[in-house]
Amino acid sequence: MTLASVVIVGAGQAGFQVAASLRQEGYDGRITLIGDEPGLPYQRPPLSKAYLLGKIQATNLLFRPADFYTTQRIELLHDQASAIDRLNRRVILASGAAVSYDHLVLATGAHNRPLPVPGAELPQVFGIKTKADADALAPLAKAARNVVVIGAGFIGLEFAAVAAALGANVHVLELGERPMARAVSREMSELFRQAHEAWGVHFDFRQGLSRIDGDNGKVCAVQTGDGRALPADLVVFGIGVIPNAQLATEAGLDIENGIKVDASLLTSDPQISALGDVASFPCLQNDEQHTRLESVQNAIDQARAVAARLMGKPAPYSALPWFWTDQGDLKLQIAGLSNGYDSTVVLGSVEDKQVSVLCFRHDRLVAVESCNRMGDHMAARKILARAPKLTAVEAAADGFDLKAWEAANRD
Amino acid sequence: MPTLTFIEHNGTTHQVKGDIGQSVMQAATFASVPGIPADCGGACSCATCHTYVDEAWLSKVQAPEGMENDMLEYAFERRDNSRLSCQLIISQEMDGMVLHLPSSQF
Ligand SMILES: Cc1cc2nc3c(=O)[nH]c(=O)nc-3n(C[C@H](O)[C@H](O)[C@H](O)COP(=O)(O)OP(=O)(O)OC[C@H]3O[C@@H](n4cnc5c(N)ncnc54)[C@H](O)[C@@H]3O)c2cc1C
Ligand code: FES
Repeated sequence: MTLASVVIVGAGQAGFQVAASLRQEGYDGRITLIGDEPGLPYQRPPLSKAYLLGKIQATNLLFRPADFYTTQRIELLHDQASAIDRLNRRVILASGAAVSYDHLVLATGAHNRPLPVPGAELPQVFGIKTKADADALAPLAKAARNVVVIGAGFIGLEFAAVAAALGANVHVLELGERPMARAVSREMSELFRQAHEAWGVHFDFRQGLSRIDGDNGKVCAVQTGDGRALPADLVVFGIGVIPNAQLATEAGLDIENGIKVDASLLTSDPQISALGDVASFPCLQNDEQHTRLESVQNAIDQARAVAARLMGKPAPYSALPWFWTDQGDLKLQIAGLSNGYDSTVVLGSVEDKQVSVLCFRHDRLVAVESCNRMGDHMAARKILARAPKLTAVEAAADGFDLKAWEAANRD
Repeated sequence: MPTLTFIEHNGTTHQVKGDIGQSVMQAATFASVPGIPADCGGACSCATCHTYVDEAWLSKVQAPEGMENDMLEYAFERRDNSRLSCQLIISQEMDGMVLHLPSSQF
């Protein structure tokens, strides 16, 4: 091992994991982890669900306690990287200091796409990205009577379920025609629409907003695209994210919907890797097209791949994407990527809200979406990890059982 | 603070103090017990926090239910005393409990 120093920019899910995995792999050099958020590195998924409901405490968000960073010799710098000096292999920090690297890892994540309407600057309008967002939002969510959620994606719907559970009237505005349209099949969207409606959530599809009205600096209404005023004391939006690629852009690295990396997660500069939400990588499960995924799995598995490569064990990144979201009493788990699916087979019972949707493209299984069917999800991860031989006809047969098929078709 | 003992597959033993209300998974990862990647951070979505509750302590914990049980079906080398440690919440009763780690989590 010849690298004396690895510098990681971004102390989120991916950045933390690179540091931890490097030590686990026996890396003995210097590790500097630069993060611009206060406190110790933490996980985001509970921010829009369990943490907002007070079901888990702030310490439960942390990946590790403070002493981990000392004993593992991971130097955690609370600072912002403001430039990369590639010629001299240094990262310039906002504080004015500079850190030298032999290898640089960019794990800067993404920020929420801002809501482009007047009134978005009012203090009761929230995106949820950081612990600070969730801490500011939590007391308002508990007190809110009328909540308007903009965007029926994962985070918007997770929050809608939380707000409904806390007793608010919840109204969701969505430009598309169904919930989570970009990520899940029609069948799964429909199940979640019905479940949210049963919790009291009201949906307005194909509907945007023109502005948010305030009264004495407080949100009082949301004006819909078609001119209705929805009463509101809290607005939460989740309308997608923008990768934090500015640092890389200014350093002249290749950019393509995020920082462009090759199959081993190297940028156009071989001394710099990028991964996690900010990286656009040739995705095996998406016909090797450059793809940016926003998930814990993607951040962790890519971090392990980068650490392994830095320790002299390179391998093209190929991990199967998987994801989960918790909404009310529903756990949706997705294995694989359903992009461009052309047929589905539905297993289970819609009434019991225990359903798996198998998504096929050209009769090849590409993704399995499971709602409250963890066994199917785990079986699907095993099946999809290899070139799956399951056909739609076979899956549609009476009494077909995914777990049994998996067990019967192991190597 | 209850103390838990984790025994790695190779026999290495770790004594860990946990907080009441904390998950066994977090107590272990906070103490850097190796072999518990816990990828999903405790959301019962990854099955990489699999442990075996020592037979002598089985009466102190409930059998895995619902979604945990389903996930465990696919954990590496599941046994009757398998639990996902993120779903085991530490109580005073567990003081002294012994947990064994599987040879792999994947
Ligand atoms: C509310 C919420 C809920 C989620 N729920 C789920 C879920 O249920 N399941 C799931 O799989 N995924 C979920 N995700 C997605 C998952 O958390 C992300 O995909 C993951 O955190 C990405 O890791 P990352 O390290 O790439 O980015 P991040 O975790 O966002 O970390 C990037 C860090 O870099 C910092 N940074 C950026 N620029 C600089 C700079 N110049 N200098 C220093 N620091 C910098 C940022 O402030 C941030 O702290 C959720 C995300 C959010 C926000
Ligand atoms: S940590 Fe993922 S299932 Fe326990």
